[in-house]
Order: sequence, then C-alpha cells, then structure tokens
Amino acid sequence: MPRTGAFTADGKPKVAVYKFSSCDGCQLAILNLEDQLLDLVGAIEVAYFVEARRRELPPPYAIGLVEGSVSTPEEEERIHKIRRDCDFLVTIGACATSGGIQALRNWADVEEFTRYVYAYPEYIKALDTATPIAAHVFVDFELRGCPVNRFQILELVAATLAGRKPAIPTYSLCIECKRRGVSCRLVSAGKPCLGPVTQAGCGALCPAYNRACYGCFGPMELPNVDSLGERFIGLGYSPAEITRMLRSFNGYVEPFKQASDRYAQRD
Amino acid sequence: MPAIQLAGGIPYYLPRSGLDTLVSTLSEEGYTVLGPRVMDGVISFQPLTSAADLPRGVRDEQGGGSYRLVDGDPELCFQYVVGPDGPKRYTLPPVLQLFSVRPEPDYYAMEHGPPSPPKLAFLGIRPCEVAALAVQDRVFAARETGGFRCEADSYYQQTRDSALVIAVNCTHPGSSCFCASMGTGPVARQGYDVALTELRGGFVVQCGSPRGTTLFERLPVREPSSAELELAELRLEQAAARMGRRLEAEGLPEALERAVEHPHWDEVAKRCLGCGNCTMVCPTCFCSTVSDATELTSKVTTRTRDWESCYTHQFSYTTAGPVRHSIRARHRHWVTHKLSGFVAQFGTSGCVGCGRCITWCPAAIDITEEAAAIRGDAQWAAAATAARKEVAA
Repeated sequence: MPRTGAFTADGKPKVAVYKFSSCDGCQLAILNLEDQLLDLVGAIEVAYFVEARRRELPPPYAIGLVEGSVSTPEEEERIHKIRRDCDFLVTIGACATSGGIQALRNWADVEEFTRYVYAYPEYIKALDTATPIAAHVFVDFELRGCPVNRFQILELVAATLAGRKPAIPTYSLCIECKRRGVSCRLVSAGKPCLGPVTQAGCGALCPAYNRACYGCFGPMELPNVDSLGERFIGLGYSPAEITRMLRSFNGYVEPFKQASDRYAQRD
Repeated sequence: MPAIQLAGGIPYYLPRSGLDTLVSTLSEEGYTVLGPRVMDGVISFQPLTSAADLPRGVRDEQGGGSYRLVDGDPELCFQYVVGPDGPKRYTLPPVLQLFSVRPEPDYYAMEHGPPSPPKLAFLGIRPCEVAALAVQDRVFAARETGGFRCEADSYYQQTRDSALVIAVNCTHPGSSCFCASMGTGPVARQGYDVALTELRGGFVVQCGSPRGTTLFERLPVREPSSAELELAELRLEQAAARMGRRLEAEGLPEALERAVEHPHWDEVAKRCLGCGNCTMVCPTCFCSTVSDATELTSKVTTRTRDWESCYTHQFSYTTAGPVRHSIRARHRHWVTHKLSGFVAQFGTSGCVGCGRCITWCPAAIDITEEAAAIRGDAQWAAAATAARKEVAA
C-alpha cells in the first residue's frame, strides 16, 4: 500500500534515485531522456536524486530507482533503509540487477586486487563480493541493461502512474532483431551472438551496427545457454572463451553464472 | 517426374535491360516497388529505386543455422534462394500502430485512425512465397467457413487488394529448400500477376492476370524463341531435382496428432533455444500481440500490434501463468500447428517448404528431420540428421 507521505500535496508521487557501486551510466540514461524529461519531472516529484538535484525531500518515497550493486559494508547497511523508505523499489541496470562487471571479483581474490591497485590498501573497505540488490532486499521490479534503455524507465514510470503493468518484454533479443529487419549476426556472419539467450529491450542496438550481442540485458526467460554454447564451440570458440562471454555484465546472475561455471570446468 | 512445363497464356521474353523499365513503370503507376537487395550480408526484401538495386552476381549458400553471400554469375539477378524477409513484412508489418485515442470529458476522440498501406509491387518473390501469401489469405482475408463469416484484417486485405505480384520462378534452390515436396515450387502455378523465369540474357514472362498482361504489354517485350522456352523449362526441371531437403506430408497431420508424448520432442527441446527466430522468418506465421501504451502527460493512448511468437513464455500468459511452460511444449506446439493444426483450421499445410526456419535457427533445428522422426521414417530422419551434422562440421 502506498503511504500518504510518498506523494506531494498535489498528488505527485515522490521519486528517489540512488547510486550504489556503479558507473552512473543508468542515472545518466534518465537525464538523457531530453525530449521527455520535462514531461517526466512534470508528472513526478524528484525527491532525491543527488546527481541531478541539490534539494532533498524526506522519505517515504512512492518509487525508488536503485543503480549499482552492493560491494561495501556501508552499502550493505544502506539498502535496508532504502527498502523501508520506498513503497515500490526498482533496480535499474545490470549492476543493480545482477552485480554488474564488478561481480567478476566474486571469482577472484579481492584482497589481492587491493594490494596491486592501491598504494594504501588498508584504507579500502570492500566486501569480498559484489551482489545484486535483490540478494539483500525484496525488489518489486527489475530493469535490465548496461546501461538501461531510457525508454524503459519512462515506460515504467508511465505504467506505474496509470496503474498498469509495465510493457517490458522478457523474450529473446532475436525477436527485436527480426522485427527491425536486422540481419542475424550469428547465422549470416558466424559471430558469437548472445542474442538467443539475452532478454530484449535494447531495441537490437548492437546487431543493428553489425556487432554481436554481448548480453548486457542479461538472461531472457528460460534461456537454453547450453545449446547456444554448443553452437559457439561449433564455430570454433573454446570453453574458456565462452566462459568469458557469459561472465561480463551479467555473469553473476543465474543461469549465466551456472553455465559459465560449467564451461570454466570444461576448460 | 514429368518435365516441368510453364503454365499460363502466351509467353513473352523480356531482355534484362527491360528490368529498369519495369521498375520505373511501376513507380510511375504509384507502386512502392519491393524486391531483393543486398543489405548487411543478406538478401533483404526492401524498396527498390531501380533495377541496379537487384542482387546481380550474388548468390547465397544456406544450410542449417548458416547463411552466406558469395559471388555468383554476373549475368544473373535472381540466383539466390530466399532471404530472411519476404512480403510478410509488408502485408503484416512487424510493428503497426492501429490507432490512438485521446480522452474527452465523456468520450474518447480518435487521434489517429487505422493506417492505410501503400500500393505495393512485390518484385522477384519466389513460388514458395506466392504460396505463403495464399496461406495468409486464408488467415486474414474475409471468408465464409463452417457457417461463420471471418472478418478480414483490414490492413492485410487492403495490401493484398492493391499488391501486384511479380514472381520469379526458382532456378537456384538451396540446401534448406523443400518446396518441390510441398507442391509449392519451384514453378509458380497460381496467385501471381506475372511469373518470370530468368535466363542469362533476360526473362521468359508469363502473365497470370489481366493486370499483369496490361503491364508487360507496355514493356519492351518480344516473343520468346523456342530455344529460350526450352531452356527455361530445363532450368526449372533441374531446380526441382536439386532440392536440398524433402518433407513427406502424406499422413503427417495424423502422425503429429498421435505424437503428443513422442520422445523426439525431448531431444529437440535440448537444442531449441526458444528464441523465436523460426516464427519470425516463417512466411505463414501470423502471431502478434496487441498492446496499449499510455503517454506520460498527454493522456493519448496508442494501440500497437507487434509480431509475437508462440516460442515466447509471455505470449501464452494467462491468469494462471503461461499455458506452455517448457520449451518442449512450445516447440511441439509450433511444429504441430504448422504441419497439422493448419490443415484442420485453414484447409492447408502451414508449411510452404521455403526452408527459412532451418536456415535461421541458430541451433540448426530442421523441421524436415523432425517430421521424418515423428512419422517414424528412420531412413529419412537419419539422412536429414547426417546432412545437418555435415553442415555444422
């Protein structure tokens, strides 16, 4: 149930945008809405968005958008307060939804990294793992992508305001490629395209520029990663290469994680 | 097999130089000319501005999950098989805004009505695609059936009423092709305004409708020589003998009805990606989803129809969840509907033998191999499996 304090006196929902461990690209996707930005800030009250606005309104908030993964002890605490502050909590982007590129540390030794990278590693307070927000608190909705598709953010807000389910597809990227008439990178160019196991939503951005999908929107509904992996092996890619393809922006989310572990063992 | 004979009225011969006149005449008559052209490594079905856009000297090599363009005979424009796209992209557009409405105090005002299609000329579509249009006519055009009158899909009907079909008979079938066994090719038998057969210097022309005759009488045609006619028939006879695959349709609908729990479905489900590529490229697949989208502030609501696929989990989503949960169930549904359900529903097989689902499947799943396995025809199934593995290697 939305709390009354989550809306302004004139009935606009208060929206908060949070940053965790991330590159800020998803927050910038909101600001990149250019043509729709004025409509957006007209329909909602931007109550907390440090990257965009100095003024802060106190919680509760009707909608909370979270960017980034949990990778420090401080973030591990903070996400629980945010969950309490927001009626509807949405993760935006690969980091918040799957752990992001920084979740590669989950297969490595973080302490060793800090020794190599920082002159004074004793100042670094990092968790051994980078994990998605949903590993810590209940998440109401997830938007994928590195970065998110800004129009999916707009759709999420418009649907929430209208009280309908957001039209966010969960099928493969192939559907978007074929609708757009983009030629298949895998079949007609022999490129290792992750499109057949990756969720649509980007609008077939990379394939439209003759580049194979690298899976930044994460796994689609019920992906058959093993079958695609066999095809890649048929194209001459090694299990180690397939492991690296799966362990990128969404490597730490199932079923990419399990599949990458299996290919790592085959190497 | 009897020698292939060209059907239709008195044939003409159009020298290749006449193609330009054909395209410009069509443009002058207000047609949007759609035809094959090379785009990003495939032969796509796109608007043409002149005959120079045609894929002259380009051939395609197709197999299970594989498609490549290679150099061909520089004297030929139609030596490819079929690309991923066909007329479906224009008769049933992948994304179509049906209408949008704006709320007024006590009613909804129409902001934009249903769109009107342009007048289209399909240049160079294959006999299998002509057959696919006939299948889609049964789905979308108005008809009487079993005492019920089916309403036409108005956009589809308008497109078809105005569209001019200039088919090019197939002289270069690919390894995924099996139109000969489906009875849909390599020669167009009906459903075209004009059918061409390409020779190195030009085309043997057959008109299938008064519109086609009127159009070609205005072009620089002449009477074909007997040698040209004979050569065209020979080319088509050779094409019929060069089909890469074969599908035995006799008794197949019944076999599929009995095969709901056939163990073969489990085997294919291990390979099927559930990605939906087969349905997107299939010239008879017609599933779509209709959704309404609201704008943030203007309150305008737009209803859109998008291509959808029975392979997606969300497509069969109902109150109780998706009807077909597993990839096995969804794949079985598609094959069974295509080869069996269509017959009961529309009085025709849903498959025209174009082979697109085989070529564009990233996992190289082969509908002819599956049909053979379900029919229990071990010899064909083994031959098809061997052919697939050869391509993969």
